[in-house]
Amino acid sequence: MIALLVNGQKREVDAPADKPLLWVLREDLNVLGPKFGCGIAACGACTVHVDGVASRSCSLPLSAAAGKSIVTIEGLGEGRLHAVQRAWIEEQAPQCGYCQPGFIMATAAFLKDKPKPTDQEIDEALTNICRCGTYGAIRRAIHRAAVILAGAS
Amino acid sequence: MKWTRRKAIVLGALGAGFVGVGWWFSYERDRLGRRDLLNIKPDEAGLNGWVKIARDNSVTVAIPRAEMGQGVQTALAMLVAEEMDARWEQIRVEEPPEHGVHRNVEILIDGLPFSPEETGTVVDIAHWMAGKLGGVLGVSATGGSTSVRDAWLPMRTAGAVARDLLLRAAARKTAIPVGQLTVVDGEIRRRDGSTVATFGELVDFVDGLSSMPPPPLKKPSEFRLIGTSPPRIDIPAKVVGAATFGIDVRLPGLLYAAVRNAPTFGGSATAFSIKGGTLPKGIERVVIVPGGIAAIGTSWWQAERFLDDGLDVTWQAGPEPTLDSATLWTRYEQLLQTGTVALKRELGHEPESRGTQTVEATYRAPYLAHATMEPMNCTARAEGGKVEVWMPNQSPTLVRLVASQVANVAQADVAVHTTFLGGGFGRRAETDLVRQAVTSALALPGRPVQVLWSREEDIRHDCYRPMALARWTATLADGKLLAVAKRQVSQSVTDGFGARTVGLPAQGQPEGNAVENPAYGFPYYRLEAIVPEGPVPVGFWRSVGHSHTAFFDESFIDELSAALKKDPFEFRRELLANRPRYLKVLEVAAKEAGWGTPLPAGSGRGIALRASFGSIVAQVAEVSVTDGKNLKVERVTCAIDCGPVVHPAIVRAQMESGIVYGLSAALFGEITLADGGVEQANFTDYRVVQLAEAPALSVHIVASDSPVIGGVGEPGTPPIAPALANALFAATGRRLRTLPLRLA
Repeated sequence: MIALLVNGQKREVDAPADKPLLWVLREDLNVLGPKFGCGIAACGACTVHVDGVASRSCSLPLSAAAGKSIVTIEGLGEGRLHAVQRAWIEEQAPQCGYCQPGFIMATAAFLKDKPKPTDQEIDEALTNICRCGTYGAIRRAIHRAAVILAGAS
Repeated sequence: MKWTRRKAIVLGALGAGFVGVGWWFSYERDRLGRRDLLNIKPDEAGLNGWVKIARDNSVTVAIPRAEMGQGVQTALAMLVAEEMDARWEQIRVEEPPEHGVHRNVEILIDGLPFSPEETGTVVDIAHWMAGKLGGVLGVSATGGSTSVRDAWLPMRTAGAVARDLLLRAAARKTAIPVGQLTVVDGEIRRRDGSTVATFGELVDFVDGLSSMPPPPLKKPSEFRLIGTSPPRIDIPAKVVGAATFGIDVRLPGLLYAAVRNAPTFGGSATAFSIKGGTLPKGIERVVIVPGGIAAIGTSWWQAERFLDDGLDVTWQAGPEPTLDSATLWTRYEQLLQTGTVALKRELGHEPESRGTQTVEATYRAPYLAHATMEPMNCTARAEGGKVEVWMPNQSPTLVRLVASQVANVAQADVAVHTTFLGGGFGRRAETDLVRQAVTSALALPGRPVQVLWSREEDIRHDCYRPMALARWTATLADGKLLAVAKRQVSQSVTDGFGARTVGLPAQGQPEGNAVENPAYGFPYYRLEAIVPEGPVPVGFWRSVGHSHTAFFDESFIDELSAALKKDPFEFRRELLANRPRYLKVLEVAAKEAGWGTPLPAGSGRGIALRASFGSIVAQVAEVSVTDGKNLKVERVTCAIDCGPVVHPAIVRAQMESGIVYGLSAALFGEITLADGGVEQANFTDYRVVQLAEAPALSVHIVASDSPVIGGVGEPGTPPIAPALANALFAATGRRLRTLPLRLA
């Protein structure tokens, strides 16, 4: 058994040590917000926070997450809407929505490092893939989330 | 005019003896549906086949279309809410049980021989007849940019009928004459403004009221919701991870299946052996499925690894196991010279003069994968002659049909549940996953089985946008255009889809939107389409035939303008002199893009125009090129005339979406063949545009006097590739005639 902290709750998993965290979450823990998109850490749909760091969980073995705090889209707002989620709604960013949990998780971690990001910093940091072409709305939502977070602190 | 004769044929064939169009014979009425059609819970009352109310004062609207990001839940619900005078906050949506009234008639009407600008009684009658047929033959489907076009009258009518019914229910409840009542903001009020009843209070007063013809639908000037952009219904669930996509379906006893499809097109698995002789713990079954082999167990990840490491499969090769791209291009080039012409069309009179100058150009477009963000999947359970399917799909009617065939049960014994779609783009109109999931489920009766493809399977086993080759020629004399002609070679999407989905015989004809007539007033136009068969499966890819033919056509218009030493925008204006709607869209795009204003060296603008799916779109792309090889798309300006606008923010979002989707294809998209299969496998070698590469986008909705509503899901895609190619020509002087556009 391998122990994890998932969205603030202690969970124990009986799964192979090399099973990717994404599939542990989806198959063993029924946490479905992180999505499968590519399996090779290329698209970011599976992004979660591992000890606060945005990580592409499809390529992170369970052993590397053992004992760590995992936060998924379900736990991001701790029962409320996180500022990034609010900004996403205000900008009406999602279309099909499949990639958006990954984008939101990547953005939430990014804004902790760069509370007032420039467009160039956003370009360099947000390498997730969206096929609906919501990039313009996402860029606006990132700037809006930065404003919301600045107002809150 | 050819239209007239074809109209006569259509009407003669379908409508002999029909006179008059009134409510009792109207297709809006046929599509209203009974009050008990929806699933009515104890606290609810059905008002018709599209809408019900509940004691909590909510209004639930039936959405029989797939939400794949295009905002269809929101746009369709608005049509009902508008005529019902409901408050937006009252509105809920749900998937209705499949019924004829919900079928997509517009998909049939789209095939009628009328241009999008034609209106009048003849068109109305043809629509009515298609509606009658549609209820019988039609499909519940989401595609062809048809959802709002299809729902525009039936769902507004449903809202108006519901409003009328609620007024009469309120009169019954309160004994106030109905003439003194009205509906404002989702409640019944006296004409003096005092509240009489909420919708929720009328749940018990609807039963037994007779059906009446609805009052006239609102005039556009009376709309208070249509034309505004209320918050989208689907978004809150999508930002908290609560939206259920196909891969999120969870059922008691669920098993997961991973699949390897045959390495060559048209191949199959014939036998397998398990390494070590016995299945490892966690893998329950290996099943040969149509097109491949499935490993089924308690973990998809484990099943994937087992397919790689634990199984030897014997494959039957497809008909062309050595096919590669170079061979196929050579074949297409020969067909372009000498192939049998499947469709020939001429407009205008062929000039006698051979002119003084000829312009000729040959263009190429590759196969393209859809690469929806959510990889292909389908969940099925089969037991005791019943089948249940959960699937992100664009056509529940076809899912049901195919599932019933695979399981050899009646269609009535198949239930289909449509989840949110993590992208569709046409790929999810296919039924290959249904065959694999139902076959897997039949092997394990009573156990739900979720088939999920890896991204590699998704890229390598798509139904691709056809590879296409085209040669345009033009005859000029003394600086004037005399004639243009195009020969094009590409497989038929409709033939491929019809054959593999429902076993229709091939017609050998191009799909209609690959051969639409040009918008431009050419003195003489000739089209010759050559339609080869081939082993590569081709399917509906956002904007279908327009996606490659717009590149050919709008690139060549630019080449003509260069040959005639005219500005590409001004040249198009000349050719559109008799098409005011097109002209206006073109002019708005040019003006908003600052056409003609100076740009830095190494930069350029390109313009392109395309009408598709009932809407007219023009785009101006601006590019910068450094070192002669590195290009950056700086900005794209887009203008659209889609007739009446339901939700402007969704129209803009769909234009942005179509542009970015088309840009990925224009810059990177290429599926190549080797050894009878596809060479690409994942986002690393099938690149798509990322945030850093996405240009600044501005979308301008052109005020339209057209009463005919156009589609928006696809029309944003066709113009971007030629606009970009034309911009690169302006920036570098190099004319790129092959997609994707590569400078180096």
